[in-house]
Amino acid sequence: MRTLINIELYKIFKRPRTYIAFAAITALIVLIQFGLKIDGQTYVDFMLNDIGSTLEIDGNVLNGYLVCYIMLQLLLVHVPLLIALIAADMISGEANMGTLRILLSKPYSRTSFMLAKFIASTIYTLLLLVWLAFLALFVSMWVFGTDDMFLMKSSYVVLLKENDVFWRYIGAFLFASLAMTTVAALGFFLSVFAENSIGPIVATMSVIIFLTILSTMNIPVFNTIKPYLFTTHMISWKEFFDIQVTESNEAILGSIQNKDRILHSAIVLIIHIIVFVSAAIVVFKKKDILS
Amino acid sequence: MQKLLILFLFTVHYSLFNSVSAQDATALVMKVKAKLDQVSDYEADGKMKTNVAFIKAPIGKVKIFYKKPNKFRLKKDGGISLLPKGGVSVNMNSLVTTDEFVALAAGEAMVGGVKTTVVKMLPTNENSEVVLTTMYIDETNLLIKKAVTTTKENGTYEIEMSYGKFASFGLPDKVVFSFNTKNYKLPKGLTLEFEDNEKPLTEEQKLRNKKGRVEITYTSYAINKGIADAVFK
Repeated sequence: MRTLINIELYKIFKRPRTYIAFAAITALIVLIQFGLKIDGQTYVDFMLNDIGSTLEIDGNVLNGYLVCYIMLQLLLVHVPLLIALIAADMISGEANMGTLRILLSKPYSRTSFMLAKFIASTIYTLLLLVWLAFLALFVSMWVFGTDDMFLMKSSYVVLLKENDVFWRYIGAFLFASLAMTTVAALGFFLSVFAENSIGPIVATMSVIIFLTILSTMNIPVFNTIKPYLFTTHMISWKEFFDIQVTESNEAILGSIQNKDRILHSAIVLIIHIIVFVSAAIVVFKKKDILS
Repeated sequence: MQKLLILFLFTVHYSLFNSVSAQDATALVMKVKAKLDQVSDYEADGKMKTNVAFIKAPIGKVKIFYKKPNKFRLKKDGGISLLPKGGVSVNMNSLVTTDEFVALAAGEAMVGGVKTTVVKMLPTNENSEVVLTTMYIDETNLLIKKAVTTTKENGTYEIEMSYGKFASFGLPDKVVFSFNTKNYKLPKGLTLEFEDNEKPLTEEQKLRNKKGRVEITYTSYAINKGIADAVFK
């Protein structure tokens, strides 16, 4: 199994396309950091315009923690598209190149073969997130410094103490890895049905875009299906940055407002991963391999 | 003729009464000021709690610096601080100033179970940011128990003081600022929160959103030890 995973990882990282995602993330993050470093105060002033009429806010609001949060909000919607480039190519890519039959002639079961491919695409996904975390969090902390995190939500404001933020990012990235693995599982599942890479890649992207729109549209008729869409749960990483308050409105250090929502979303995502991967294995096992 | 006499007596009595009241009020304010003047400077440690309905904030440590005649700074011990606009910079000495203010007695009132004399401070300078300050002074101990200040730009805020160990210097152990807040709402496009998990606010919540409180509990004072001017920059 380990050999199979190593082979798959070797194949993934030998393809130039793999590095498109890393390059795209690097370019985007550096661009946002540059923009915020040059003119971030204008952005912050604009955000604080409403609350600033009542309160004086003193401190380094635009610090590395806030910059990272802004970037994650922007990027975690688009990273799935980059993951689809690899995950949706895992089987269809082999079929396209005509190497699938040769691979299956090796003394490994189809299940092992599929699991190795899925684990390899998951490792790629995790590495992409580690790279994202390094650039968005650590580089931002270095460039913008650290302070309390002043998070402006649409109807309330959360102030997290500096020493209460880092662990939330660890939680958020772990959750994001689960969300991105779900995307990888979807792409992997769709790749079983095609003989070329483009189809499953575009199909994965389309499904994500379609479901994301459904998840974000506030139309009552869609509200009943929203809880079942994995895209609804992919954004639950944000819950790590909401804090509980006491009766007297005092924030409780180290608390999370909606722990249950995180747990519920994690379970929904894990179920999706299991269903997609199992379905991919079942379909692949029954499939006539002709290429 | 009799009616004219009554009117004359009433006018004389009224003007005399008010004149005495104004003098009494000014004298009282001067006495409180004299008590506060014992303090040339202080550096205090405290804990600050921000209680605004739309803000979730933990209790933070603060440092408060004061230097005569009217230098005041509240600094959070690291981190980001949220303070009512214009409110916290009001300190005891800025309240009891009689420069450019006229003090008028306005009766008596109970504050926290203590009988207080109500003094209204009216600015003589029409460009003054403060429109009116009402002080509730504990005449026996010469302590300001409460002050309500109406400003041109920042609305009305109320400051309530509790005293303990440092009452002899006229310095409070706890200060509670109450102020009006505006409804907070940012467009979702700006906060990038496209998910819709929020329930609409109830009328009670909307009402609660309009009042804010900042409580500062002083844990220690270092009085008359000298403070560099650089601290206030």
